[in-house]
Amino acid sequence: MNLDYLFDAAHWDFSTGSIPQLIVSHLWYVFLALLIGLVIALPVGLYIGHTGRGSFIAINAGNAGRSLPTLGLLMLMVTLLGLGLLPVLIALTVLVIPPILTSAYAGLRTLDPGVVDAAKGVGMRPMQVLFRVELPMALPVLMSGFRSAALQVVATATVAAAVGLGGLGRLLIDGLAVNDYSRVLAGAIVVAVLAVLLDLVLALAQRWIVSPGLRASK
Amino acid sequence: MITYLSNNSETVLAALRQHITLALIPVLLGFLIALPIGYLGVRFPWLYHPLVNVAGVLYSIPSLALFVFLPVVLGTKILSPLNIVVALTIYTVALMARTVADGLRSVDRLITESATAMGYRRVRRLFDVELPVALPVILAGLRVATVSNISLVSVGALIGIGGLGQLFTRGFQLFYIEPILVGIILSVLLAGIADLIIVLIQRAVTPWTRVQGGRA
Repeated sequence: MNLDYLFDAAHWDFSTGSIPQLIVSHLWYVFLALLIGLVIALPVGLYIGHTGRGSFIAINAGNAGRSLPTLGLLMLMVTLLGLGLLPVLIALTVLVIPPILTSAYAGLRTLDPGVVDAAKGVGMRPMQVLFRVELPMALPVLMSGFRSAALQVVATATVAAAVGLGGLGRLLIDGLAVNDYSRVLAGAIVVAVLAVLLDLVLALAQRWIVSPGLRASK
Repeated sequence: MITYLSNNSETVLAALRQHITLALIPVLLGFLIALPIGYLGVRFPWLYHPLVNVAGVLYSIPSLALFVFLPVVLGTKILSPLNIVVALTIYTVALMARTVADGLRSVDRLITESATAMGYRRVRRLFDVELPVALPVILAGLRVATVSNISLVSVGALIGIGGLGQLFTRGFQLFYIEPILVGIILSVLLAGIADLIIVLIQRAVTPWTRVQGGRA
């Protein structure tokens, strides 16, 4: 094992293809995919969890999502739409939707029904029940789904390099193409560290946004 | 798509066969390795949290990175299927060790205490009482591991061995949709069938869970 590539200062300036620049583009894909995924999956998950309608979608979304091969989806999208950011984003978004949707649903469904009844009993409207009681109480479960989505997408965004985009996958794919294992190793290490750091940041965010009243009982 | 299939049935079948082997051997190996590790996490409670954390980190390594990185560590050839098998075994162990520990921890203490009172020693109690009671949880984890292994194998195509994933790379290089579609459909079907088989096994070996479900 050699770490020359990782610790070579020349690879840490901000030029095109340098490690910091690849990290930034990698995180950009991750951020966009998570954002779009959240915008699509959260309302659907909350709706299903709140009303109980269409639960089978939420239950099966997780398994269906896991069984879709991301590489195949990515290459299908590129073949259909041509090279670019859009096909990669579609493939990555498809990956993050199931865990977010399933956890939003599960978070609402596993709440104590007594709490929801009490909220209704004190005169809250359905929207108030959802946003002031159900959603805050479901946050721990929801966040764990979001964190696993984030972990997955950080790891999978490397595949974007296989269809010519940037991101840390470049180090893996290019390193492999020219038999430069030091570069491959650098890519693997940076991605793994990035995944762990992101999870840590999200764990802190979770502590910060989850009501302290919920922490005591857990 | 039908014409593609009939013209290339041999390639597709070979890819499918490789896919099944590459996905399922790691499931078996990983399961067998995870059982004792998960047990240790229950037997020695201080091991539980380190175990969960290490498993989490292992699981966060991107599969592509692991596939290309393992030959360096193992000294195998980059095109050796062994790399894929070892990588997927690592993921399976990371996932299953925690599930096994959680499953065993979920066994009601009254059950283990009654078994002890009836004269079961630790080892026999583990195999005859605790493991069977924990099976629904453990098999649920096995379903997740199997399905995600099946979809992960195709990433191996980027380094030249990936079962159905080779259909993806071929279609991508030729800008030709048919092989990609066939690959995706077969991969999803395979995952569905494997999942179903585990569900059926679970129904057969844990009949008591169904009785309870029926009453409720």
